[in-house]
Amino acid sequence: MSHRSFQFSIFHFQLVKKEFRHIFRDTRSMLMLLLMPVVQIILFGFAISNEVKSARVAVFDPAKDAFTARLTERLHASRYFDVARQLGSAAEANEAFREGRADLVVVFSENFGENLWRTGEATVQLLADATDPNQAVTLTTYASSIIADYRQELLAERSIPLRVRAQVNMLYNPQLQGAYNFVPGVMGMILILICAMMSAISVVREKETGTMEVLLVSPVKPFTLIFSKLAPYFALSVVNLATILLLSVYVLGVPVSGSLLGLTMLSLLYIFVSLALGMLISTVAATQVAAMLASGMVLMLPVMLLSGMMFPVENMPAILQWLSCIVPARWYIAGVKKLMIEGLPVALCLQEVAILSLMAVAFIAVSLKKLKNES
Amino acid sequence: MPSNSHTFYPPAADAQPLSVYTERLTKRFGSFTAVDAITFSVAQGEIFGFLGANGAGKTTAMRMLCGLSKPTSGCAVVAGYDVARYPEKVKQSIGYMSQRFSLYEDLKVWENIRLFAGIYGMGKKVIASKTEQTLAELGFEAERNTLVKALPLGWKQKLAFSVAIFHEPEVVFLDEPTGGVDPATRRKFWELIYQAAERGITVFVTTHYMDEAEYCDRVSIMVDGRIEVLDTPKALRQRLNAPSMDVVFQRTVEKP
Repeated sequence: MSHRSFQFSIFHFQLVKKEFRHIFRDTRSMLMLLLMPVVQIILFGFAISNEVKSARVAVFDPAKDAFTARLTERLHASRYFDVARQLGSAAEANEAFREGRADLVVVFSENFGENLWRTGEATVQLLADATDPNQAVTLTTYASSIIADYRQELLAERSIPLRVRAQVNMLYNPQLQGAYNFVPGVMGMILILICAMMSAISVVREKETGTMEVLLVSPVKPFTLIFSKLAPYFALSVVNLATILLLSVYVLGVPVSGSLLGLTMLSLLYIFVSLALGMLISTVAATQVAAMLASGMVLMLPVMLLSGMMFPVENMPAILQWLSCIVPARWYIAGVKKLMIEGLPVALCLQEVAILSLMAVAFIAVSLKKLKNES
Repeated sequence: MPSNSHTFYPPAADAQPLSVYTERLTKRFGSFTAVDAITFSVAQGEIFGFLGANGAGKTTAMRMLCGLSKPTSGCAVVAGYDVARYPEKVKQSIGYMSQRFSLYEDLKVWENIRLFAGIYGMGKKVIASKTEQTLAELGFEAERNTLVKALPLGWKQKLAFSVAIFHEPEVVFLDEPTGGVDPATRRKFWELIYQAAERGITVFVTTHYMDEAEYCDRVSIMVDGRIEVLDTPKALRQRLNAPSMDVVFQRTVEKP
């Protein structure tokens, strides 16, 4: 019996090919994996953003003078509001809300222009539907600022010498677009969930069917086994990354203001960390359902709450800040914010890169050890 | 640990080179001794039945012999290599078929053969010609491009066995290879085992079916981590004055 010498290699061609076959022959799962990021980024990018666009405004204007007309025009011109209708009486406001035909009602006082001209003071009432308190606050804030702008303009026209104007500059996100905040977070979440789920399930499936045992008894090194298994899912994730980036730029309108190459490299590293995390999950999970739950549900909460995606890490209590350090998404999202939104040079992401690399090594090392002791 | 007396079991009478040899092979998990200083040997080309109730330590012993887990003490030599020192060499020289028949259901028949042959480092040309040969022997020529999941269970098991010995291992380990099939199909499966043994491949098989135990050259029965009896089925029946291996097994396992 001849004993062929077995050389050390990272990938085993036949194993990689076999894994690709698993993917391509399960068309339904493959389509799901490719479409999931599309659905998620559109869902998160549009639906869950808290910004207001084209809220419907109803106006009750008993004064009907040049000032009210101009202010109404201002509101309508803003991208936040559409002045949809004029009301015949203040009482109609209730009706408009109840029938769901208005998000905001603007009520001018009688003799609005006259008062303003004579006393320098006039009132306008803003009515919002506070069953959704966040939206109500946002709408009234936007409307107030438009009114304040208008007031400033009037003051300028009357050229009163002493006036204070506070100038507010919005950095990085001058239009206050929600997508700017959401895109890095959504990218961090989608990639880690999909990647971890894919690699965890693919390993656990082999444990369930018993083929893992046969692979472990074979002369293939566990190291080669892991990397051959990850390679096809890495390729699939690169397609997902491209989808996500294209959607972010062309659909959500968030440009890549820094180095695209840097962003891509950071994302590839993050994909690898996520796949390795799935590998780690697979060593604990006994069934495919458990693997799915662990990578889907259990991973989702810390990623959403601790990664800085929804709540800034700096505002968290110290213990949660510490906890957030072990969430890979935290570092990736921070890096993406720097590279994609702030347009900073890659050199400023070295900390994120170093931490993610460390995590990758740690996950792979633990998975390897577990795989070798596998029962 | 209390020291037990351990019988040394010599190889079969027509002494051939040994494929498996253990001496006081032991595996402990904490204070639990799963395999308790077993000593036995299997000759090349022998069909060796490795029996025992669930939890008797069969699987643990087999895992050590396959190079998957390190012995706590004692030693085992498989295909000429010490399992503790050269697990990779051992893995290279053995074949393995698990009770869950261990092929990929979503791969075609030839793809499964190609994959496992590739894993054992066989060359492309050898694989191609041997695939033809194997498919012909099994009468599977028409099924070359069939997905394995479309095959009946008995066929899958025959294919899995052929894949396990495709790279001509010195020893093939079969872990309850015929679970869930009827006696007639099991008989056909055993024809393959006999063919392999005739070619000089040592067959190390665990089973719950006592009709299969009768097919083995020699049979060992494990109880509580130790090999309680080891001999040819005929000699065991005579020694325990039992009409069948079934009764031999019952009496051995239930001994107080």
